[in-house]
Amino acid sequence: MIEAKNLTKKYGDKTAVDDLTFTVQPGIVTGFLGPNGAGKSTTMRMILGLDAPTGGTVTVGGKPYRKHTRPLQVVGALLEARAVHTSRSAYNHLLALAATHGITKNRVAEVIEMVGLQDVARKRAGGFSLGMGQRLGIASALLADPETLILDEPVNGLDPEGIRWIRDLLKGLAADGHTVFVSSHLMSEMALTAEHVIVVGRGRLMADMPMSELIAQASSSAVLVRSPQARALADALVAPDITVARTAHDTLEVTGLTAAQIGDRARDLHLSLHGLAPKQASLEEAFMEMTRDEVEYHAHTPTDHPVRSAS
Amino acid sequence: MSTTFVAESALTSRYSAVVTVEPVTPARVLHSEWIKLRSLRSTALTLAAGVVLMVAMGWIFGWASNAYWSDMRPDEHASFSPIDVSLAGYTLAQLAIGVLGVLLVTGEYATGMIRATFGAVPRRLPVLWAKATLYAGVTFALMLAAAFVAFVGGQQLLGTHGTTLSADGAVGAIVGAAGYLALVGVFSVTVGFIIRSTAGGVAFLFALLLVLPTLGLLLPASWREHLLPYLPSNAGATMFSVRTATDALSATTSLLVLLGWVAAALAGAVVVLQQRDA
Repeated sequence: MIEAKNLTKKYGDKTAVDDLTFTVQPGIVTGFLGPNGAGKSTTMRMILGLDAPTGGTVTVGGKPYRKHTRPLQVVGALLEARAVHTSRSAYNHLLALAATHGITKNRVAEVIEMVGLQDVARKRAGGFSLGMGQRLGIASALLADPETLILDEPVNGLDPEGIRWIRDLLKGLAADGHTVFVSSHLMSEMALTAEHVIVVGRGRLMADMPMSELIAQASSSAVLVRSPQARALADALVAPDITVARTAHDTLEVTGLTAAQIGDRARDLHLSLHGLAPKQASLEEAFMEMTRDEVEYHAHTPTDHPVRSAS
Repeated sequence: MSTTFVAESALTSRYSAVVTVEPVTPARVLHSEWIKLRSLRSTALTLAAGVVLMVAMGWIFGWASNAYWSDMRPDEHASFSPIDVSLAGYTLAQLAIGVLGVLLVTGEYATGMIRATFGAVPRRLPVLWAKATLYAGVTFALMLAAAFVAFVGGQQLLGTHGTTLSADGAVGAIVGAAGYLALVGVFSVTVGFIIRSTAGGVAFLFALLLVLPTLGLLLPASWREHLLPYLPSNAGATMFSVRTATDALSATTSLLVLLGWVAAALAGAVVVLQQRDA
């Protein structure tokens, strides 16, 4: 479990992380989402004690990461930039990390096998492809079977097979009861792995809610209507609280009415309907929506509040 | 949107294992640093270079002094110390040791390894103590052996002008040279932590060990005698040399000066490690 309270990081007068408060729960994959430069990596580095917060606190398993006697058992981390000496073999890299916690060579061999690096484990890590480097990073993260896993953009630059592997791994770890906190700037990726999502924009908390709720909230309650008499239907539906947009000659996008209400009105007016469906916003759209809000927030509405679920 | 979800049951307990994990202790951090040290080829090569320089210079100077003895001036004869001549290789060995000491740390910063290191040892200071202790131990052991070989071979090559291990100050000079080089090792590790870049660290070290002592000779004599003996390389040389310059400090004071440099550098490294983001 990760708990951040009013976590803030400033570099000079630039605020990278602005008063973040959130909790990452065990047993599920929590996505940490935001555009590039939103403060995700800085937040993760503060969780690991690599960067010191300017304000606020962050704990893992109830204590600051630094205070743990067996840190690798508490958090395994894969940070965005590589954290491997390029001239050392993967095996020796893992062996050196393992030695700090008295972890055996057997376990080192085990994690190498787990990530599928057994054929190249004795080769220089500097010669590894991006995918192999990510696998090595994950092997080091898993070394002490940590309670919490923190992964910064783990699928960046991976091929489809590697991406699939990471997704399965994250879900498997969460299913085993681990806390899994994974960042991405890609909503679509998060939609496939994360059950809960924390969204940040310019260092501020934008949303902290189940993924399903985020999608529901984002899907703007618009209804898509297809009708050969679209114009007549539009004229009939339009009212003060209802907006109707004609997106094609036979298609309307209606907000302010449910699909059922629209269907009933069409029947009453003897207008035929060829399609009637609530519009599902894609996660990418939800994300864009939030990012746009964030831009507007900075530009116009300083009293705006971040969206939060009552979880 | 069509997605492929893997059945959760197929994944359960595939990644967890029973792993024995012990607390991080200074001894374990030292062990980890030892694995790091021996698993880089550049480390072995640089240390070998240090040993070769130490031995080869001693032998070459020994042979040359003997071969050209009759060409030397009387005052050179008068100040000639066969012990010091055979240990003269320390001037080059200290550069190899200094560069490697800086690299042991800056190599981690340059590659990002430092994040893995501090991820495993988030208190950070144990890493400083382990690297400094380990490197001091390794350089002392190697340089003690190298100084001994340089001395014995050097005395052979000096022929009738040579001396033996039982000569006054011989053992002290050998141990002192190894001790000085080990302190240079510790100092360079701290420079690595403070400067964090290889180029900057090496440049700083070379400036301090090589350039300043030479540049300082241009100062007026009254300044020279108050400044130069306190430079680490001069203090080190005074500490273990049999013959010393007339304006030099005593061997004990020189050792204290040298320890002062190392202590100040360690203190600086402690401060930056606690203050700076990794």
